[in-house]
Amino acid sequence: MVNLGFSIGDLYFKNPVLTASGTCGYGSEFDDFMDVSQLGGIVVKGTTLEPREGNPYPRMAETPSGMLNAVGLQNKGIDYFESSIYPKLSLYNTNVIVNINGNYIEEYVALAERVGRLENIPAIELNISCPNVKKGGMIFGTNPDSAREVIRAVRAVYHKLLIVKLSPNVTDIVSFARISEEEGADSVSLINTLLGMAVDVRFMKPSLSTVTGGLSGPAIKPVALRMVWQCARAVKIPVIGMGGIMTASDAIEFILAGASAIQVGTASFIDPGISLDILLGIEKYLIDKGFADITDMVGFINKS
Amino acid sequence: MAKRIEDLTVTSNRRLSADLYVIELLSPATLPELRPGQFIQVRVDGSRETFLRRPVSIHDVDIQDNTLKILIQVVGRGTERLSLLRPGDSLNIIYPLGNSFSLPLPGDRVLLTGGGCGVAPLLFLGKYLKSENHYFEILLGFRNSQRIIELDEYSSLGKVHLTTEDGSQGEKGFLTTHSVLKNEKFDRVYCCGPEPMMKAVAGYCKKNNITCEVSLENLMACGIGVCLCCIVDTVRGNLCTCTDGPVFNIKELKW
Repeated sequence: MVNLGFSIGDLYFKNPVLTASGTCGYGSEFDDFMDVSQLGGIVVKGTTLEPREGNPYPRMAETPSGMLNAVGLQNKGIDYFESSIYPKLSLYNTNVIVNINGNYIEEYVALAERVGRLENIPAIELNISCPNVKKGGMIFGTNPDSAREVIRAVRAVYHKLLIVKLSPNVTDIVSFARISEEEGADSVSLINTLLGMAVDVRFMKPSLSTVTGGLSGPAIKPVALRMVWQCARAVKIPVIGMGGIMTASDAIEFILAGASAIQVGTASFIDPGISLDILLGIEKYLIDKGFADITDMVGFINKS
Repeated sequence: MAKRIEDLTVTSNRRLSADLYVIELLSPATLPELRPGQFIQVRVDGSRETFLRRPVSIHDVDIQDNTLKILIQVVGRGTERLSLLRPGDSLNIIYPLGNSFSLPLPGDRVLLTGGGCGVAPLLFLGKYLKSENHYFEILLGFRNSQRIIELDEYSSLGKVHLTTEDGSQGEKGFLTTHSVLKNEKFDRVYCCGPEPMMKAVAGYCKKNNITCEVSLENLMACGIGVCLCCIVDTVRGNLCTCTDGPVFNIKELKW
């Protein structure tokens, strides 16, 4: 028997596999394909105070070994979330984490307070890295002073587990991990999508309505892995790694490089049950390699 | 109906015209209940350029044989690879996905219309309506006589009216210029084809106060309503083509 469980702060995760925000809806979309409750957690769709329609079509472009998206945080807002989605989420026997977004610090704070009052939401992922909105989002995550300010403000009102989701579209992601740690975040998750673009040569125009969008999928995995490795060595708070994880082997790379947990994102678009397969693969790897506990594996490549 | 991921076996792949192929797929289990208008998400393996699944309409279903057919138009790398499938090959799909055409009311005079590769869901719909004893006529449009496909299949279901853009077979012109629309009065129109064609048909239906459903085809990543990429701008806000559609009543669309 191997132990896959671990804690971040006071919150226990039964295993290190989570689904990434924006790629798993609100969990129920996956019910036909896997038992979501078997995962370590799900990070549900980016949520804002007010409903948002997101960006115009086209919002997606397939690229080599990946895809660009420019959804722009389409969601029905926190009121709808509370009344219509939260009751269903409460039925899952796993950590349900809400990814929160705002145009202004006050919105992040108000949202953190609202979500903080929801008994069955034990953590938030503070999204300061969405590349597809005009205000807020990545603007906070690419400026050290703004990042510090928004994390500090949210930390002051939010007393459960606070995860900060970092943007890779910066010169030095480690400095943002350090800022998160200094301001009292419990964990950082990385990476959000890489800013990219594609041009439709047939119609001679940008492939996305917003011209630029966020690149995800296996194309970004080496970059994500490098950033996770750098951050995990630089901060003491646990790092949650993501970016192009398609297989158990990909997930294991992140854990060996220092990730305490991982999130599965774009892979779920191709195989909605893949997270559970990845979990089984990690468990098998632990047994094969003789690890008794998942935590022994975290950052293994840095230990010798 | 529960969705599932399954490896189907290719039993045949037939080229119908320059760029259209009809592929028959056999399920190893009993086919789930499939309804006209629904689609499947096909995994195209073998290239870094075909990373995402491809949404494809269900063209035909044979419950007895446990097979379904898809109609593929070669437009890019993904469909090119699909066109190369051979009997015995395996194809990984997620299905059944999306909503379906709503049934006509008893006594409705019904028209099924579309063109090009867009005829794909109409064959399944026609067979279904026939099995339910609904009378309907069919109006098909193609660029020229070389592009016409499966005319015999449609003819076996009902009266077929034909247009080609160059007049090489049937009436010359477009769907909306065909004489049947002047000579007959329909209560309900089902349409699938290229967007300009569907918009023209929708325009005709609006003007003549005819109930019309169209089947949309948008760029899609997941097919199950999580990625929010395939949105349609509707009177109810942005809806997903994959879960709220692909079939929409034109009253919902901002066309």
